[in-house]
Amino acid sequence: MKSIPVSTTINGDPVEFLCTPDEPLLDVLRNRLGLTGAKEGCGTGDCGACSVTVNGRLVCSCLVLGVEVEGAQIETIEGMAHGETLHPLQRHFIEKAALQCGVCTPGILVAAKSLLEKNASPTDEEVRYWLAGNLCRCTGYDKIIEAVQSAAAEMRGEV
Amino acid sequence: MRYMTAETAEAASSALAAEPGLARVLAGGTDLLVQLKAGMIRPDLVVDIKKIPGIREITAENGGWRIGAAVANAELKEHPGVKADWPGVVEGANLIGSTQVQGRCTMAGNLCNGSPAADAVPGLVAADASVTVVGPSGTRVVKVADIPAGPGRTTLAKGEIVTAIHLPAKAARSSDAYLRFIPRTEMDIAVAAAAVSLTLSEDGTITAARVALGAVAPKVVLADASTIIGTKLDDAALAALAKAAEAVCNPIDDKRGTIEFRTSTAGVLARRAAVIAYNRAKGVK
Repeated sequence: MKSIPVSTTINGDPVEFLCTPDEPLLDVLRNRLGLTGAKEGCGTGDCGACSVTVNGRLVCSCLVLGVEVEGAQIETIEGMAHGETLHPLQRHFIEKAALQCGVCTPGILVAAKSLLEKNASPTDEEVRYWLAGNLCRCTGYDKIIEAVQSAAAEMRGEV
Repeated sequence: MRYMTAETAEAASSALAAEPGLARVLAGGTDLLVQLKAGMIRPDLVVDIKKIPGIREITAENGGWRIGAAVANAELKEHPGVKADWPGVVEGANLIGSTQVQGRCTMAGNLCNGSPAADAVPGLVAADASVTVVGPSGTRVVKVADIPAGPGRTTLAKGEIVTAIHLPAKAARSSDAYLRFIPRTEMDIAVAAAAVSLTLSEDGTITAARVALGAVAPKVVLADASTIIGTKLDDAALAALAKAAEAVCNPIDDKRGTIEFRTSTAGVLARRAAVIAYNRAKGVK
């Protein structure tokens, strides 16, 4: 299969890569660009572990072809912290122990960040529905919801 | 597999028609990429239609709405005009998959995938929506109800693509609603579903109605809505509607629901969706 050159922007940096027409964006990120934060849980859009944003829209990178992101702006978990300074969501996930094995965590952080950009004060129910496509098989979800809510409160300047 | 982005609907259609092997349209990709991953299909050509001008836009049209075929359902949800006029259509579309899937999936894709359980389709049929189809022999406008042909099949000919969905102008004192049954609260496929669209006179009598059922037949089916027309949706009318809904069910029997369960659930959902649509049409929250 003939590879196709693609120019895109990832976490603010211009990136060019070659990929085959049938190659999911997730495989491009992990195998060609070394961005292994997004994980493959199911590969069919059910688990959310590969969540990224494309042009500001939360998507599963396993359900996007690499060739589709020509000219797009992509944000991944690797762009979330600024150097050594963690994003409030990342800090609160650690403080609340909202993870165990961590495979689902990058996707949940990317998804939660996307939620808080649209809705700075979500209810617990809104957080649960928004994250319904992010499966965690270790912790149960209560600590994840708590961590999102305490990060949201901090980001609103309430703490 | 070759990949091409089409700049016009005609170019997409020509490429799809000219492909001797298996060709597929790519809009949101939430069905296509799953099928690729599972090895269910090995297309020779994939045509990405998202670069076609206007195909990702929602525009006002003849008092109603034109929704481009590649508008993601998350974008639809954020459009206040469509949601105000056709809340049932939007709520059906927004039940598909997760937030991540909503960011990519489209109503036109849901329609053309041909699933009998497609959540976006009953609402569109109840709304009497149409689609624009561009193909090798020109452009035609077809009712949404005429697109599904059976599980995984449509009436679209080789080289034909849906470019837009057209929702008619919303009449005064009218509204719609969609309900589905799944064994959990989110992220599942309908076991039975019902969409109701209705219009009231000034005194609250139903003057027009359409009732469409999903997941209870090889394709979306209309139930006899004359059971509620001329009524104010009293108990007798609701009971007659439930019976009419049950009467058109022809479901499969599988692990997600028996024939009996799907049939009686379709009746219950039709009744409940009618009540929601009725209250919305009256302006009751």
